Amino acid sequence: MSGAWRWLRRNALLLYAGVAVLYMLLPIIVVGLFSFDETSNGKLDYRWSGFTLDYWRNAFADESVNEAMRTSIELAALATVVATILGTLMALALVRHKFRGRGISNLLIILPMATPEIVIGASLLSMFLIYGITLGFTTLFIAHVMFSISFVVVVVRSRLIGFDRSIEEAAADLGAPPLTTFRTITMPLLAPGIVAAALLAFALSIDDFVISNFNSGTTETFPLYIFGVSLRGIPVQVNVLATMLFVVAVVCIGLVLWQQRQAERMAAVRPEAEPAL
Amino acid sequence: MTALRRRLIPYGLLGPGAIWLILFFAVPMYFMGEMALRSGSLDTGGFTFTWEWQNFSDALSGSNEQLVRSFVYAGLATVFALLIAYPLAYAIALRAGRFKLLLLFAVVAPFFTTYLIRTIAWKTILADASPAVDVLQFMHLVPEDGRVLATSGAVIAGLTYNFLPFMILPIYASLERMDVRLIESAKDLYASSTKAFLRVTLPISAPGIVAGVLLTFIPAVGDYVNALLLGGTGQSMVGNVIQSLYLQQRDYPEAAALSFVMMVAILAVVVVYLRLAGTGAFMGDEDERQA
Repeated sequence: MSGAWRWLRRNALLLYAGVAVLYMLLPIIVVGLFSFDETSNGKLDYRWSGFTLDYWRNAFADESVNEAMRTSIELAALATVVATILGTLMALALVRHKFRGRGISNLLIILPMATPEIVIGASLLSMFLIYGITLGFTTLFIAHVMFSISFVVVVVRSRLIGFDRSIEEAAADLGAPPLTTFRTITMPLLAPGIVAAALLAFALSIDDFVISNFNSGTTETFPLYIFGVSLRGIPVQVNVLATMLFVVAVVCIGLVLWQQRQAERMAAVRPEAEPAL
Repeated sequence: MTALRRRLIPYGLLGPGAIWLILFFAVPMYFMGEMALRSGSLDTGGFTFTWEWQNFSDALSGSNEQLVRSFVYAGLATVFALLIAYPLAYAIALRAGRFKLLLLFAVVAPFFTTYLIRTIAWKTILADASPAVDVLQFMHLVPEDGRVLATSGAVIAGLTYNFLPFMILPIYASLERMDVRLIESAKDLYASSTKAFLRVTLPISAPGIVAGVLLTFIPAVGDYVNALLLGGTGQSMVGNVIQSLYLQQRDYPEAAALSFVMMVAILAVVVVYLRLAGTGAFMGDEDERQA
């Protein structure tokens, strides 16, 4: 009886997990579904009227949506590059070195993640106002790098902690200069962590609404655009682009996971093989 | 390499990022405090620093109701999120087997659609006469002629949904690291399943719960998107007031003062909570914790 009981219980939990996951995915399904919704005036009206492919065929017909999406992608790309570099260097310092001021550095990294977004947005706006700085792409860039750094540090640090230092020591013993060791050993092993951190930074940036809402001036990112039109009526193209974005993100994640698995398999089978990079 | 250069390396690595965080996170906090003590108006040549403490009492008396509502909504959303997240995180960490990666992916999937779009999707799901609302009415969870949108329930449901991954992931991480043999040995020592769970699993996942609760509660208090899109006029939260003071009414000093009041209130709740939870472990270094 204990076997059957345990089997039932395990499946009850998994059944629950299935329902919970469906709940997590429900809004995404709705967004995908309603990108095929035939509305009377091309705006979302929160109810199903009929199936159409029109909005997918004319996905890029609404120039203001495209413009906002372009701004978002540019901003996210720039902010990701800068935040990933700064965050990775910080993670290296924190894991690899003992130095005075570690505690306060940790605090400086944790606090932004524990501060409500609205406070980050409002305080940055206060500073920009006091100095009379014009709000726009630059202020958005400053803000996006700022809130991404902490997350990059956390992700890269977790990768660094599980890092086998003996490989680096071996390289050094064999006479490799520190920079060569870093380039040929440290970076390739660290790469999956850095890629994951960069993806996270990109996702955070492209998704951000609250902080951007405070510091955008007249510049419009994708979320800000949606917010702006949400009272007047949202073009169905928004759902189409959101679905595309989701699919692209899923494919990227899939590729990263696949690459990581390949790398791990290679490392496990042939530890003597040269790294691909 | 000289000893001095070696000692300077960590500062060189840390420097650029730390400067960015100081200039654009720490320093702005000071300016928000400064702004909160200014007086004047935009029409009469802007705001000047005058130690205007009045702003704080104005902010408090003007938005008392929204402030209380924010903490109640965020508290309820945190409790619901914990109830939904714990079994799910447990299932993913210890029972999912080959479905693990798939389930984990589903948990973070909402991050790949814009926050606003997700919330607007909930607006569609909870709209009057939508299938979901019909079911709720059929089950008499909502009155026959009642609606879900523009109620407290809709806002709390939105908050719960939107911050759920922040609850699931830390709990998952703490359970994932657990040695399953601990549960087995508890059972070998004749502990019932319930007792093994209460004495072994729950304490091990406690740091994850503490982190998850904070990561859910803190942003939920300051949120204004859910109240704006899913709530009605009677559901506005403190974030809505701050946003409107800053961006529509342009009363920057009072807006800054209210932001400060909210932050101090959050900090007070967090300190009390950490005392009660009896742990500050999650604040420490990852490497120190593992040691």
